[in-house]
Amino acid sequence: MDSKRHFRVWRGDGSGGQLEDFQVEVNEGEVVLDVIHRMQATQAPDLACRWNCKAGKCGSCSVEINGMPRLACMTRMSTFDDGETVTVTPLRTFPVIRDLVTDVSFNYQKAREMPAFAPPPDLAPGEYRMQQIDVDRSQEFRKCIECFLCQNTCHVVRDHEENKRAFAGPRVFIRAAELDMHPLDARTDRKEMAQAEQGLGYCNITKCCTEVCPEHIKITDNAIIPMKERVVDRRFDPLVFLGRKIFRRDEVEGAEVSTTPTVHVTESTAAHVPAGVTWHAAPPAPVVSRVGDDGRIGVTEFTLDRSGAASPFGDDVQFPLPVEQLRYQRPSPSGLDS
Amino acid sequence: MVNIERHQCDVVVIGAGGAGLRAAIEARLAGKRTAIISKSLFGKAHTVMAEGGAAAAMGNVNANDNWMVHFRDTMRGGKFLNNYRMAELHAKEAPARIWELETYGALFDRTRDGRISQRNFGGHEYPRLAHVGDRTGLELIRTLQQKIVSLQQEDKAAHGDYEARIRVFSEVTITELLLADGRIAGALAYYRDSGEFVLFEAPAIVLATGGVGKSYKVTSNSWEYTGDGHALALRAGSTLINMEFLQFHPTGMVWPPSVKGILVTESVRGDGGVLTNSQGKRFMFDYVPDVFRKQYAETEAEADRWYADPDHNRRPPELLPRDEVARAINAEVKAGRGTKAGGVYLDVSSRLPAEVIRKKLPSMYHQFRELADVDITKQPMEVGPTCHYVMGGVEVDPDTAAARTPGLFAAGEVSGGMHGSNRLGGNSLSDLLVFGKRAGEYAASYVDGLEHSRPRPAATDVDAAVEAALAPLSRGEGGENPYTLHQELQQVMGDLVGIIRRRSELEEALVRLAELEERVNKVGATGGRRYNPGWHLALDLRNMLIVSECTAMAALAREESRGGHTREDFPAMDPDWRKVVLVCSVEDLHGDVQLNPQPLPPMPAELVELFDRGELAKYMTDEELG
Repeated sequence: MDSKRHFRVWRGDGSGGQLEDFQVEVNEGEVVLDVIHRMQATQAPDLACRWNCKAGKCGSCSVEINGMPRLACMTRMSTFDDGETVTVTPLRTFPVIRDLVTDVSFNYQKAREMPAFAPPPDLAPGEYRMQQIDVDRSQEFRKCIECFLCQNTCHVVRDHEENKRAFAGPRVFIRAAELDMHPLDARTDRKEMAQAEQGLGYCNITKCCTEVCPEHIKITDNAIIPMKERVVDRRFDPLVFLGRKIFRRDEVEGAEVSTTPTVHVTESTAAHVPAGVTWHAAPPAPVVSRVGDDGRIGVTEFTLDRSGAASPFGDDVQFPLPVEQLRYQRPSPSGLDS
Repeated sequence: MVNIERHQCDVVVIGAGGAGLRAAIEARLAGKRTAIISKSLFGKAHTVMAEGGAAAAMGNVNANDNWMVHFRDTMRGGKFLNNYRMAELHAKEAPARIWELETYGALFDRTRDGRISQRNFGGHEYPRLAHVGDRTGLELIRTLQQKIVSLQQEDKAAHGDYEARIRVFSEVTITELLLADGRIAGALAYYRDSGEFVLFEAPAIVLATGGVGKSYKVTSNSWEYTGDGHALALRAGSTLINMEFLQFHPTGMVWPPSVKGILVTESVRGDGGVLTNSQGKRFMFDYVPDVFRKQYAETEAEADRWYADPDHNRRPPELLPRDEVARAINAEVKAGRGTKAGGVYLDVSSRLPAEVIRKKLPSMYHQFRELADVDITKQPMEVGPTCHYVMGGVEVDPDTAAARTPGLFAAGEVSGGMHGSNRLGGNSLSDLLVFGKRAGEYAASYVDGLEHSRPRPAATDVDAAVEAALAPLSRGEGGENPYTLHQELQQVMGDLVGIIRRRSELEEALVRLAELEERVNKVGATGGRRYNPGWHLALDLRNMLIVSECTAMAALAREESRGGHTREDFPAMDPDWRKVVLVCSVEDLHGDVQLNPQPLPPMPAELVELFDRGELAKYMTDEELG
């Protein structure tokens, strides 16, 4: 099977690039990363590609192979047909640095906003006691190798740069779930936080993240859905609802928890708007919904100040829009994505 | 140096693996402005590859365990060449370091009564390894990474900036340490993505750069393991010790080529796997050394009974210490009884039912199925020795982790002495926690002691370091190809300074290394400065080469076999050599490596008493036992 194979590898940087063709020798038993290394050694010494352990344990070599988000070290050449062209492109969701290397700092930024483990105040080091069955649940999520394939594949951010501000992504959701299920974590508001601050609600459970996870973590079934369900429990349970009506807020269980959707609103970015049509204007920032005294969005027309459902564009948007707020993206000549 | 980005810090930690992160946490807790420099992304360090666990005598599974037993095991494992004080501190402090991780959020596997579970491992008398399945290293790195995030969140609350006191520079490589009046003054680095230089001005630097495996053809180490810390320390006037001792793990995958070197855990043999050669012979019975003869089975029948009844039968010879098994496999392959890919067979498929294999060795089952397309329940694995760990490293003060250069500290694999001539499995994760903490702590107190007299790097030194780093690019296509040079270096080290060494080969290696050095000085890189792996490799080569030279020189000088150093021409252990540590140094930035013997500090009486006199007699001279 030792033979030359046709590869197409995206080369370029933030300012643009294109697929380049390579004819590379491929030996039996090799993976895509081996072939990329051979390209570096023989044809393109400056071909940029991240990698580390080469054993599927560090999550560095994430790329898209024939359009599928994968680890290059875990994609065996034997999975392709003999004459098949293999196309390797950088992760699409993140800005390209060079060739196959992308700027994944978005993920580290989101991880940094995730409140850390809160140690139980009454236990000294060495006094922690937990049962295996209880740590098992969180351990599934701690298998994560941070390859960010789930973040890359998630359609909420994949082609929607504007959602990145408000949406932390599957990797951060399993971190929230892991801490929520941690037997000794002293915080009790993990899921509410995931909902209110990390954009859990954006996820509509298409399970793409689970499908690409090289560690086979059941991201959607075991982390996201249970958290969504429990958030719903808290927010829409009729008894909790009644409780909130009867008791003062500080008497309600979990009162330290704020259920007010927190702000993803930033200061006005439209301080200076150039005249005419703006081609790449920043998308309008999401606005806080109008909430009642109980901190929740009214769900019936009785309590709303207008009839009919809330506007999908936000109730504070007036039509027609002022000209300087119009956004216009020029379609590419081919009619496909540019 | 007008246009260089500069950062002023108190402590710069080079390396973001376990030791580096632990040191950084400690420096930050001491209130120091700390920078962490990582060659790859944050959280990808090679520590993630550690499978077995972290050894700490907590006594959760067997209450008889304590630091003295752990100390004894460590010294035995290192064939008594360890720095006794490091082994002592390690054994005493490891439990506290593990418990501390739980307060950072780590989730270890548990015992029935809810404490941290501990597992058996080669060389440890009692079950001692805290573990999380077979991904303990990942748990460790993630826990430390998340602790750093939590400290950054505290800083954000206090100062309004996540990076007020601890900042991670990911994908940044240090090229040179800068001195002023013989003391550490800073370090020059470049951003891998932009190729721009960055200058760190700091009076204290902690090296935590890991090992040197990338100088070998077959290795379990990642590309980052190019001996950077070893080389930086040497060039900054510090010393390396024990560089002749490299641990070769006996069972690395040898087929397919993509996974060459990746570890096959010892548990495969512990659970019944046997080693056979291409003629189908279970050859380990031929390789039991005399000193172990009494503890190991002589017939296959007895060996097979051991798995079910270890109290009344002797262990199978497949479970000999790592170095013995590695040598045996090496000998079989050299005698022409290996597989086509240059290994031997490791078979569990004919020994255990498929469902038992899947249950007991889940990650190995997956590793082979996913990486190699081999179903280990149906066919044997192909394995061979792989370069795994370097026992040698920067000579440090055992208590403070300080190297000889004032302001320079080292912890983890890059430091030397702790493991003597051979490291026990599980002792590296605990080593990096114990000495990572100490390095961070003492780096911080060193900075406190400086008050207002901080050394500043000289502009001329910075310019010279920049020029040296840019040299491969200016040579461009006219220079030597870095990939070719790297392959040749790996070939020399693998063939001539490998597991079994002999004088003639080591002498040849030194000649070949000198030739390579000439060529590495002429290495060229094409393309620009932005994320250019050819250029990065060109710069790493210099480090790999100087460290390889140290290994070859020390291996030639040490005329005995001990732990991770085997001389075919001197096959026995020599008690006189036990008293000697070989120290490598260079005179200046471009000087040659000097090798000097130095006495090993003798163990104090209270530690000597922990051992049986008969046992010590195997290692020590009569006069020492006196």
